[in-house]
Formats: sequence, structure tokens, C-alpha cells
Amino acid sequence: MSDQDIEQYKITKEPFYKIQHNEVTLYEAAYDARLPVMIKGPTGCGKSRFIEHMAYKLGKPLITVACNEDMTASDLVGRYLLDANGTRWLDGPLTTAARIGAICYLDEIVEARQDTTVVIHPLTDHRRTLPLDKKGELIEAHPDFQLVISYNPGYQSMMKDLKQSTKQRFTGLNFDYPDSKVETAIVTKEAGINEEAAAKLVKIAHTARHLKGHGLDEGISTRLLVYAATLMNKGIDAKEACHMALVNPITDDKDIRSTLVHSIDTIFG
Amino acid sequence: MTTKELEYADYRDKLKCSFEQIEDCFDDYMKDALRNLTNKGVEDYLSGASLVCMIGRGWEPVSIYLEEMPQMAKRVGEPILEIVSRHVWDMSRSPNGKAIPPFMQCLPEASRRLGTLEQMQHFFDILFDMLDKTTTSVHGHHKTHSSQGFLILLEQIPFLLSQLSLEGLKNWIEYGVHNYHNHPERQKDYFALQSADSKAMLQRERHGTLYMDNERKLDMYMRSMWQQEEYFVPYSLGFDEMRKPQPYYDSLGMRVPDVYDDLNGVRGINRYRITLAHMAGHKRWTDRQIADNLSPFQRVAVEAFEDSRIEQLIIREYPGLKKYFLALHPKPIEGDCDSVKESCVRHRLAMLSRAILDENHGYQNPDILEYLEKFWNALKDSESSTREMLDLAISFTAKTRRQTDLSPRVRFENTEVNYRDDNRHMWIFIEENDEAEDDTSEPQSKETIEPDGLPPRHYHEWDYNTSSYKPDWVTLYESLHAPGNASEIDKILEKHAALANYLKRILDLLKPQYYVRQRYQEEGSELDLDVAIRSLIDLKSGSQPDPRINMNHRHDGRDFAVLLLMDLSASLHDIPDGCTQSILELSREAVTLLGWSIEQLGDKFAIAGFHSDTRHNVRYHHIKGFTEHWDDGVKARLAAIEAGFSTRMGAAVRHASHYLENQKADKKLLLILTDGEPADIDVADEKLLIEDTHKAVDELSSKGIYTHCISLDKKADDYIQDIFGASGYSVIDNVEKLPEKLPLLFTALTS
Repeated sequence: MSDQDIEQYKITKEPFYKIQHNEVTLYEAAYDARLPVMIKGPTGCGKSRFIEHMAYKLGKPLITVACNEDMTASDLVGRYLLDANGTRWLDGPLTTAARIGAICYLDEIVEARQDTTVVIHPLTDHRRTLPLDKKGELIEAHPDFQLVISYNPGYQSMMKDLKQSTKQRFTGLNFDYPDSKVETAIVTKEAGINEEAAAKLVKIAHTARHLKGHGLDEGISTRLLVYAATLMNKGIDAKEACHMALVNPITDDKDIRSTLVHSIDTIFG
Repeated sequence: MTTKELEYADYRDKLKCSFEQIEDCFDDYMKDALRNLTNKGVEDYLSGASLVCMIGRGWEPVSIYLEEMPQMAKRVGEPILEIVSRHVWDMSRSPNGKAIPPFMQCLPEASRRLGTLEQMQHFFDILFDMLDKTTTSVHGHHKTHSSQGFLILLEQIPFLLSQLSLEGLKNWIEYGVHNYHNHPERQKDYFALQSADSKAMLQRERHGTLYMDNERKLDMYMRSMWQQEEYFVPYSLGFDEMRKPQPYYDSLGMRVPDVYDDLNGVRGINRYRITLAHMAGHKRWTDRQIADNLSPFQRVAVEAFEDSRIEQLIIREYPGLKKYFLALHPKPIEGDCDSVKESCVRHRLAMLSRAILDENHGYQNPDILEYLEKFWNALKDSESSTREMLDLAISFTAKTRRQTDLSPRVRFENTEVNYRDDNRHMWIFIEENDEAEDDTSEPQSKETIEPDGLPPRHYHEWDYNTSSYKPDWVTLYESLHAPGNASEIDKILEKHAALANYLKRILDLLKPQYYVRQRYQEEGSELDLDVAIRSLIDLKSGSQPDPRINMNHRHDGRDFAVLLLMDLSASLHDIPDGCTQSILELSREAVTLLGWSIEQLGDKFAIAGFHSDTRHNVRYHHIKGFTEHWDDGVKARLAAIEAGFSTRMGAAVRHASHYLENQKADKKLLLILTDGEPADIDVADEKLLIEDTHKAVDELSSKGIYTHCISLDKKADDYIQDIFGASGYSVIDNVEKLPEKLPLLFTALTS
């Protein structure tokens, strides 16, 4: 039995999310059947926000795990810890989610090593179980439990890809940066700046996104646009804000910097 | 006789010179001198002129001196008077007396460009240093032959100074002196700016923003802001003084100048961007029009209207560009052009164009204002169109036509918009293609000749004498090595089966042990039960427990990229003492074993060979690429390697490095297998290529590529350390052992 506090995983305030196409309908259908979902898309395009939004909408708890290379299977499943009376088992986030019926969201799953991700397999097919072999327990997943993973197919190397056997357990949703109008609306709403400035920021982002693959691994994300807008809201000069939020984080290449700085200069006039 | 004349007569006495021509103009010279010089200056002026007169080279040098020196002295200071006369005197005592008149002639321009006495001093130092080095002697100590290049150089000076800073001039001259001081004909070509490397050097030393340095930025600019992928072709402004080339684009690409100086506060790089923005705007918004029905004036007007329309559309898209347009666009002054005397077509159009760009134009001309309004009406809510501009332009031409428009005296001042292209893309000429009968297009030849390699690449070469790179000095051709019989390689492996087995044992030890357990960690992924229990016992028994009860697993992988560069020069045919096989055969065996063993390890590995036949032909043979496996294709190429020519190592190393650079690996290693020092038949100075290779190795290490040389030359100790540093090489004395040594050396290097 779990002594976990379910409430802490619930999302209480509605996260702002602007629907782009039919992704909400598709996701709801998948959740209805408890199908695992994989969300692909470039960084900062709203993958995590979408999941939060859906968890809120469905009223389910959400457990997010940011994956990294050092993560091991026991970081997901759980491990024995020491206490005064000997050892004590501590559930990992995946186990907790399976017990309480949460949506478990593994963010940037390819950052974890392939052999780590194999532990999710039994939860993603018809079995919907999670064996804890160290503890000798077999968990039946809660009826509300669903597994969602996200990754960014863009920048990873050959080494960082999902195994076919993992990929084929998921349904997939493709995300991309929203089109100009929607993105402008998002920046306007999220950072609370006027629409004209937001449109200019989006235009800058578009110039950078055209450089993807030509020196830039990733274009300027919606998230960075919101940062820039937030800085502008704090009274920072538009160009300075753009340099700080849009140029400096994404590149050290001085040719690209020069090009981006010029485009900011010409767009903000 | 008035006082004044007396005064001049007094001066005339001080000028010891008896050319008749002097008498005619002496008064004028003196007037000029007295106006510009101090009393002391006038004294120096006259004694200087006397000295120039005494050299006995005729009237010309004297007249130039008398004419030009007062102005020059005013510009840069009076000491110049004596300096110049002293130099002229020195030259007259050398075999280079002929150079005196051109020397005198280039001075006024030089003083205008340089502006200060100090700069002039440097300038003289550079010139006379060059003169000294190129004046040669056949026998003995006395210089007897005049400098071949000096006269030619003096003729080029005004042009050179307009292109180069003084430092650039110095480098350019020194390069020529250094490379051609004993080759009079080539020296002449160099200083006359005829030879290719002379032009290349000039390009390199030029001021301003060079296209070459910014190609990538401009590429990105077009891609990011205009979503156009363009091919740029730079043209030079330096060699075509008469016909100033303009930017333009056609199906072959966009032509841009090779250099832009900063202008009106707009930086060179931004001028490039403005020029490209303008052309990109045309590409996006201009429709082609039929030219045949329009007169030249109408066409010029259409182009001007269309250019303005494009600029407005660009400003709509990127408002920040307006300030650059304003800074670069000329400001014609109203009433500047007299329509009675000259043709004001361009002037009128430039005024209109300025007025469109600049709200504060202040022009009063009713025609301009009328068409300004019409233009804005056309563009009010739409993008308008080229057709609409064409109609507007034709009516503008009709309305503003003057008698003098046809006059050959066209007013050009303040009408040239330097960022605009020549609009050749805008017009369709029907006439030219009217005669349908003669089909001039060449019959398409079916056989396109397959190039048997990649296009040549050019590499710099380091010259230690001048501590500078010779630009694009070496030409390198890369090609796939012709294949041979792959089974030969398998035979080699069979032959060395015992060695292969031995290697295999060593390699197994080297193989990445993907999991390594790290015990005794305070934080870790798992509980280490043995330690945990021990700690628990400690805790229960009341002593201090060890908190490090976790363990971790760690990746311990190998992440190498290795490129083996084989020297394939002719000396590989040698059979070393006590051996039965040639070095080539031994190398092949060694590389076979190495390739085989690295394949076992799974490291990224590539093989290439190189040799050279002068700097114009360095051959780089691709044998195995990083992504290729040790398969029959690779084996066949390796089986076919042949030795020939020489060893120009620097270029090959630089070429190899560009492959390694693109590899993603923690450690990158360039392994060079060679049997001798770098050398080539067109290089007499032994040290030159050694230094160049050393420089190339330095370049690599700054890119994070480690270079290791395996030399089969027993005498390599003399030079090899200079190239690869104290630990960057191994010398294998016993060449026969190479097949065994090479893989072991590799494992030692990478474990």
C-alpha cells in the first residue's frame, strides 16, 4: 500500500495552453484507452505544458521525471534505503505513479540510457504491471495510470535514440512550434505584453529557425520568446532583452550571433 | 627692378641650377614656396632643389621637385624637403637612377594618402628596403644591376596606397621581395600586379570588410531573413577603374563586391547585408518586364521607381533597415543640376528616390512632389506591382522631359545608390531571340565527363621566413584510391595469424567494459549490501558507521576517432637493409593489421594516403572512411596502394584534419605513417616544409586533435621533434617489425 500523498501531484491551477490542432481530442482518446503516448517536438515548443494542461483537464495527478544519462532503473522503480532498523524500500516515481494512478511523464526520455528505459516495457503493453524484482513484488497498475514520454528528435545523435522495441509501445503526437498567429497569442498571453511586440519577437524566432541545421542545433523556442517578453515587461529595452533571452542562450558561434543581432536590430527598428 | 623681383633674384642665386627652363617658371615656384613655407623651409627647398639638379638626370626630376615640394611640405611638414632630396641623391649614386622620375611622380599622391611625416618616413623605409634587396650584383660586393621591380612598383604606388594600409603595403612588398628576389621576370609580374599570387596577396592585405571573411554570415543572413539560398560570386573593385562594377544577380548567383569599406557610419558587413536585402527584395517582389518597348530613359526611370518600391516593402518587413538606407542613399541637392547645360535625368530620379525614403527631404519641385504622392498612393494598402511602377515611371519621364536630357553631359554627382544592383534581372529582351531559325544552343553532349575526384581544395602554407601564411598556396585533389585485389589483404592476415591472435588478446583487455562498479559512494544508484550490513553492525554496536554504503555503475567506454594518414611517396619503394620486403609492402601489412584490430575495437577509424608533385598537385587518396567498415572495398583499395612522388605533408595534414574535426568523439587522433621528412621537388629550402608541417600540427592541436607520427626514418631524430614535439612521435628503427609494432603502438596510445 502506498502512503503517498496523491494531492501533491494534482495540478490545482489551470496551466495556460493554446490548442493548435486536434491534439487535445487525440490525447483524450488515448487516455480513455490508457494507451501510452509519446510526444515528439523541438525544445520549448510546449510539450510539457500540454501534458500539464491535460492532467489538469482530466483531473489526474501528474508525476514528472526529467531523464538524464546517469539515471538508472532504480531511480525510476525504487530502492532500498537504510534506516535505524535496517533497510527500507522507497518507491521510485514510476512505481508511485503506477500505485496511485497518476500520469507518469518521462521528460526527454532519450537522455536516459537505453537499458534503463527497458523497465517501462511491462507497464506499456497489455500486462500493465511493474515487477519489483529486488523487493519481490508485482504491482498491478492502477486503472488511471498512464505513461507519457517526450523527446526531441532533432538534436540527438545516433547513440541517443529509442530502441525500436520501446518506440513501438507508444502512440505518437508530433509537436512543432505553433504558427505565427498562435505563437504571437501565446507570447502575448503568457508574458502579458502587447501584440505588436509579441509579433516582432515571433518574427525574430522565425529568422533563427531558418538557421537550424546551418550552425544552430535548435531554433529560438517559444519558451525563450516568453522569457524575452517577460524581460521587456520588466522595463528592459527590447533589443537588450532579445540579446539576453534569444541570442546568448542559443549560440556561441559569432557569425550566427552577428546575424541574429542584425535581425533584431532590423525588426525592432 | 622692384623690390619683389630683387627678392626673387636673391633666391635664384641660391638655387644652383642652370637649366634654361627654370627661368620661365621660377617666379611661380617661388610664389608658391613663399606662400607655403617658412623662411627656413624656403632655404631647404632651394638647397634641396640644387641637390636634385646636381645629380645630372635632366630637367624632369628638378621640375617635379620645384613644383610639388612646397605643397607637400605644407601637408606633412618641412623636413620632407631634405629627406626627399637626400633620397634622390642616394638613388642617383646607385644603379637605379632611372627610377628617380617615377619616384618623384608618386610622391604627391603618397603624401596625400599618408598625411604625416612619420607615415612618409615609414613609406620611404619600405620603398628603399625593397630597392636595396632587389638591386643585385653579379660579381663582388658592389651592386651593379638595377632593381627590376622597383620602377614597376613605383608606377603601382598610387593604386596600392588606395587599396592598402601602409602595413598592408609593407607585407605585400615583402612577400614579393622574399619570393622573387632572384627571379627578375617573375618579380616584374608580381609588382605589376600581373601574377595570381600578387593579386591574392593584395586581396589579403586590403582594408575594409572582406567578403571572404564574412561569407558564412551572409549565407546565414539570406537564409534566416529572406529564406533564400544564394550562391554568391564576389567581384573585385580593385582592378577595373574605368567601369565600376555594380552588384547584380542572375541565374548563376548574386555578384557582390569582394570588399566594402565602412561608409557614412554603416559598417562594411551591414553594407553587404543591405545590398543583399535589396537583391532579395527584387527576387521576392519584382516581376520581369519586356524591355523592347521602352526607351533607355524610360527604363532607367522604371528601375528607379521599382527600386524605391522594393525598399519600401523591405522597410515594411524590417523597419530597422531604414536607417541604413538613409545613411547610404545619396542626397541630391535641389537646383544642383542645371538643366540648360547638362542632362538631369539621373539627378531628378535620385531626388525622387531620396524623397520617397526620407520624409524630411525638403524638396520643392512640384513634379517630384506630385509623383511622390502618386507613389505613396500606389503603395498605400498593397504591395503594388512592377507593372504599376512601370506606368508611373513612364508618365514621370514624359512629364519631366527636358531638351537637354539627351545631352552627353549627364550629371552623375550624388545620384549613385551604391547598394542597388543593376536591375538586369528585371528585363526581358525579345529582340535578341527573335530569329528563331538559327538555333545557337549547343547540342547536348550525352557523355558528361565524370570527374574522378572531388574539386580541388586550396590550403595555406606557412612560411617561417616571413612568419605568415602564403594564401591558397597548395592545391590538393582528393580521390578514391583505385581498387586492387581484396584477397591480398586477407592473405596478409593469414600470414600474420599468430600475431593477429596475440593482438586479439590485448584488444580484449582494451575493449570498453561498459559497466564499472564504483563502490563506497555516499550517493549512488543502489545499496551495496555488504557495506550496508557492515555499517549497520557498526551502528548497532555503537561505533561510527561508514556512510558510504551505496554503489554506482559507471560507463567506461572508448570514444576515439582515428585517422591514419599514410605517406605514399616514392621512397616507399626502398627495401631497407636486412629486409626482403619494401617499405610499401611492410606498411601495407602494418596498416592491415591495424585496420583489422581497430575494427575489433569498434573505434571510429579512417585511412588515407597522400603524395605530392609540387604545390600544384597534392594527391590525397581516400582508402577508408569513418563510416565504412573493414570490408572488401576498403581492402581492395588498400591492396592497390602505390608509391610515387614526394611528401608535402602540411597540406595533407590540414586536409585530414577537416575530416577529423567533423567527427564526434572525445579524443581525436591523427596518426601519420611516414618514412622521411616533408619535402617536395619545388622547394629548395629543406626547412620550409618542416616548419609548415609543424605549423599544421599546431593548428590541429588547437582544434583538439592529437597528432602522432610514426616514422620509419632512422635519421628522423634530426627534425621530427621540431615537427611533432617531444612526445608526438615514435621512430621505428627495425622496419621489419612494423606490422607488429603499429597495432601495439596504437593500443598504447589509446588506452
